[in-house]
Amino acid sequence: MNPALLIIAAAGALALTLGLLARRGRAMTLEQWTVGGRGFGALFVFLLMAGEIYTTFTFLGGSGWAYGKGGPAFYILCYGTLAFSLSYFLLPAVWRIATRLGLHSQADFFTRRYDSRALGVVVSLVGVTAIVPYLVLQLKGLGIIVSEASYGALPVSPAVWMSVVVLVIYVIVSGVSGSAWTAVVKDVLILAVAVTIGLLLPWRVSGGLGPMFATIARDHPGFLTLPARGMSLSWFISTVLLSALGFYMWPHTFASSYTARSEDVFRKNAVVMPLYQLVLLFVFFTGFAALVRVPGLTGSAADLSLLRICKLEFAPWAVGVIGAAGVLTALVPGSMLLMTACTILAKNVAGTLSPSLDERSIGRLARTLVPAVGIGAALLALHGGSTLVPLLLLGYSFVTQLLPSLLASLPERPRATAPGAMAGILTGVTVVAAVQLSGTTLPKLFPGWPAAITDLNIGVVALALNVVVMLAVSTITRRVRAAA
Amino acid sequence: MVRPAHLHRLLAALPTLLMLGGVPFANRVEPYVFGLPFLLAWIVGCVVITGPVMALVRVLDRRAERAAGAADDGAHRR
Repeated sequence: MNPALLIIAAAGALALTLGLLARRGRAMTLEQWTVGGRGFGALFVFLLMAGEIYTTFTFLGGSGWAYGKGGPAFYILCYGTLAFSLSYFLLPAVWRIATRLGLHSQADFFTRRYDSRALGVVVSLVGVTAIVPYLVLQLKGLGIIVSEASYGALPVSPAVWMSVVVLVIYVIVSGVSGSAWTAVVKDVLILAVAVTIGLLLPWRVSGGLGPMFATIARDHPGFLTLPARGMSLSWFISTVLLSALGFYMWPHTFASSYTARSEDVFRKNAVVMPLYQLVLLFVFFTGFAALVRVPGLTGSAADLSLLRICKLEFAPWAVGVIGAAGVLTALVPGSMLLMTACTILAKNVAGTLSPSLDERSIGRLARTLVPAVGIGAALLALHGGSTLVPLLLLGYSFVTQLLPSLLASLPERPRATAPGAMAGILTGVTVVAAVQLSGTTLPKLFPGWPAAITDLNIGVVALALNVVVMLAVSTITRRVRAAA
Repeated sequence: MVRPAHLHRLLAALPTLLMLGGVPFANRVEPYVFGLPFLLAWIVGCVVITGPVMALVRVLDRRAERAAGAADDGAHRR
């Protein structure tokens, strides 16, 4: 075993140990942990959310896209910032309602506000569907890290299987309390690693940031800006909007807003979080440095760029530390995603459909689902050929479809009816799924139309249809009800 | 929609407007700013000002809330 793999294995073992220790200390139910007694201050909510937001996507996907796409990758820096300014207004409103009604999950919110359990089930299923590509992304990232750090000893496929085994064990032994502990270790490590390599590599490769970007601009004209077609301005703006609007709609992120002690927690976080986004800048630097140093990785191989350049530039022990940071950034959010998906399926879907299930059998069902969902995600990770970023974008285009009905439910009297909300969500999700499954694109559907329209992110188009259908159906159902 | 006491909240839209509205004009490599291509530098600038802008909105919000609280007290006393 080489030093790199050894360090990564040690990080995995450390995570499992922390998980076990956290479990022995207190016997908390999922509910108690997820809402944390609603007593968390700004710092803890900040850590919790940062722990969920900074995933292997940030690390490998961000550098991979800077390497493979250039300018369009900058969208990643924009959407989080925009989401944080929105959170200043959105989260306090959500928090007030959730606290007043004593809610635990995202589906509860819709069930209670629209007084419709069917809507709660639909929201749950949309959330799980969106989580799957996000989870697949984490597994792909884990596979990449482990196989690259083995210096060729382990191919990707056994690396993904090993990762999924560790992830499943981690979730089963530690539950959520493990995530909270490891999240702190992981955040410190990833910050230190990303900033260090992002600062070192441009100097090593080109003698500085300026020379590095000048080299790229010379060798790849147009690479550092947005192209006229494809990932053009309208793609960029619509994708930033889609991702920013969907940011807090992920089931796990939405519910972690319930943990706050007061509204001001969110306001403070909206001030601090944007600065945290700048970590991404250093991740981009690494991707661009890799473009100069290790050119020629195409397609999904672009996601390997960060580890490839680190292997050339640093000693194996340093690659081990970088890999360990990467493994933790995949393991922590991966475990939260896996657990959220299984809890939703057991509690909000199975529990609602057959109300006779008691708390204990729901818990047992959730635990049984963990390996099943894990194996499913591993198969998708091995057989889907896409790079990391499109996987996340797919998840976002699903989860954003929940926003219109959420916003409509915030006023004292909801602006939409339950059938309206349901019809809107289903319309949006169907459009996204149909486009995804048929492999069609807007330019293919409307070849003659200008790029400004056909380059729009399909999720935004689906979102617009969603709003129209929601409002129309709500108006109709209100009239029918008034007439009856 | 926005009550006069909350007009300052429109400030929160400023970084976003600069970021998304400015991109069509900032979509260029030169001039470099601290070694960064212009598009990236523009986006980083918008990210950097977001925190302070939101801090300002928060301060003004708290002041507005205190003022509203004081006005309420006055109304009660009368």
